[in-house]
Amino acid sequence: MAKTLFEKIWDKHVVKQIDGGPSVLYIDKHFIHEVTSPQAFKGIEKRGLSVFRPDQVVATADHNVPTLNQHLPIKDELSRLQVQQLIENCKKHNIELYGLGHPFQGIVHVIGPELGITQPGMTIVCGDSHTSTHGAFGTIAFGIGTSEVEMVFASQCLMQSKPKLMRINIEGDLNKGVVSKDIILYIISKISASGATGYFVEYAGSAIRSLSMEARMTICNMSIEMGARGGMIAPDETTFNYLKGRQFAPSGEQWEKKVAAWQELYSDADAVFDEEIHIDASAIEPMITYGTNPGLGIAINGLVPVAESIPDEGERNNIMKALQYMGLESGKSLLGMPVQHVFIGSCTNSRIEDLRMVASLIKGRKKHDQVQVMIVPGSQQVSKQVQAEGLDKVFREAGFEIRQAGCSACLGMNEDKIPAGEYCISTSNRNFEGRQGAGARTLLASPLTAAAAAITGVVTDVRELI
Amino acid sequence: MNKVTTIQSRFVPITMENIDTDQIIPARFLKATTREGFGKNLFRDWRYLNDDEQQPKTDFVLNKPIFSGEILVAGKNFGCGSSREHAAWAIKDYGFAAVVSSFFADIFKNNALNNGLLPVTVTETFLQQIFAQPAHSTITIDLSTQTITIDATGQQESFEINSYKKTCLLNGYDDIDYLISMKQEIETFEQTLA
Repeated sequence: MAKTLFEKIWDKHVVKQIDGGPSVLYIDKHFIHEVTSPQAFKGIEKRGLSVFRPDQVVATADHNVPTLNQHLPIKDELSRLQVQQLIENCKKHNIELYGLGHPFQGIVHVIGPELGITQPGMTIVCGDSHTSTHGAFGTIAFGIGTSEVEMVFASQCLMQSKPKLMRINIEGDLNKGVVSKDIILYIISKISASGATGYFVEYAGSAIRSLSMEARMTICNMSIEMGARGGMIAPDETTFNYLKGRQFAPSGEQWEKKVAAWQELYSDADAVFDEEIHIDASAIEPMITYGTNPGLGIAINGLVPVAESIPDEGERNNIMKALQYMGLESGKSLLGMPVQHVFIGSCTNSRIEDLRMVASLIKGRKKHDQVQVMIVPGSQQVSKQVQAEGLDKVFREAGFEIRQAGCSACLGMNEDKIPAGEYCISTSNRNFEGRQGAGARTLLASPLTAAAAAITGVVTDVRELI
Repeated sequence: MNKVTTIQSRFVPITMENIDTDQIIPARFLKATTREGFGKNLFRDWRYLNDDEQQPKTDFVLNKPIFSGEILVAGKNFGCGSSREHAAWAIKDYGFAAVVSSFFADIFKNNALNNGLLPVTVTETFLQQIFAQPAHSTITIDLSTQTITIDATGQQESFEINSYKKTCLLNGYDDIDYLISMKQEIETFEQTLA
């Protein structure tokens, strides 16, 4: 029978199907971090259990860590305790930890792929909703809660109901200045912040095939922002070339064997999806959000909707409330609006390719006087590469501040926060109220659009600078 | 886990849609390493003007004394965004036993179920009927019959829950008990994966 990519991987991992209930799904890799794991460790200890398969768990500290002076003790007491507890828990349960100071430390969804831990055909979970990132390699990867982290610790399995399947086909060539972040912001703006709830999404089509792995990760990363459980892309030569030679990727004979198996991972021609969406890549322009969920986005040269004229009462109220929080007006363009902050980082856009993109735009230019620009590489390895390529020099000469790896101002758990009432163009994934700090106003955009605003000090159509 | 059977209570209405888990519990309160005590920071930035807690926002429903009860009723797409289970812990710790909405985000729904907090999905029409009730009205949620009733008017709707989860909630079992009992089968399965 014809199968989708999702079904091929899912079926291989079902230990047992419970009558009238969920499946017991086997998990290949489990990533953990300091914020959503401590209660799970406590939970298994309370039951007198140890971690069932510690070799399949990888830990890092990323969510609350400072991005300055990581060699010093963490100043914030609660953050320090949380990180300390992760160190102790990993030691006690024999889990590999890439903690602060380790050359592999970084945002969990950046390090898994760059170390070659994430491989096609796997099931991957983490107590973080952006686990969908790993789907770019043709994996079933999704975020879980702490009780589920505890389940995986205890049994390397999860109870999961099979989601519905959606395929989003994006065909054609991308316009100048349009990158993968614009593709995903465009999709979410079309189907809304809840449009894919209950679904697992496969992204396909020529526009997807032409993307690098970093660009594919950006797209899969934001699947959760339209409610999807996860997103995935069939592995191909781009995937194999990316993985080859990485730290934990298979090598030698094993490599050949694995690649042969990975080549079978695609949706069969007559496989059936519960929902299919077709998008013309040439219709996509550089995107920016104006509201307080990632679905509230427009083309950079478009207009904020006229809230008062939206027929549906619920939606009208949502948008009016969002515009009030954002301090924006109905029916206006965002172009030319001053911004005070630019944040380039997060599991969405902090990989080397993102930073190269920023550097190529700003080389020889200087940031605007009124803008604070923070670049937070996704991992220690990305930082190292930035230096090796001399990008750090480009950033410094432009007046950008380069920090150390972590989640940083994406969620403002550490001290990297945007002050209340101020605007930040951010390459991260969420523009929720207070996400980047209480009262902060976030405009989500691509690294190119963010870099353009850093130079001009206002919301800018990047196509004017390239 | 606590057993869930019948909940009869007044309700707290939040008509807003797309309430994300960053609103339910902002990231700066995620630094605790236990599951308890998150209730005091539930909807923190909607409840207080500043972090000193001295200035409650009086127009927010949790600060209006006429609303109380064990049932939280909220607009569609409740619990979207971050996977933080702290959101479910905060709602439960505050004193809610059930959340009613016309649509729940997937991860939140699982997190609620795993903590004995009952997510009840109703139609948009029924949700609006609840919102139209005066304060002090009561609702009855019966898990065994899978029904939700507005007591004053008798309006009733049935809700879905998968039979496995229903059994777990009615008996206070959790998934871990079940998964541990399967250890042998899981070990045998692992042999087939290599």
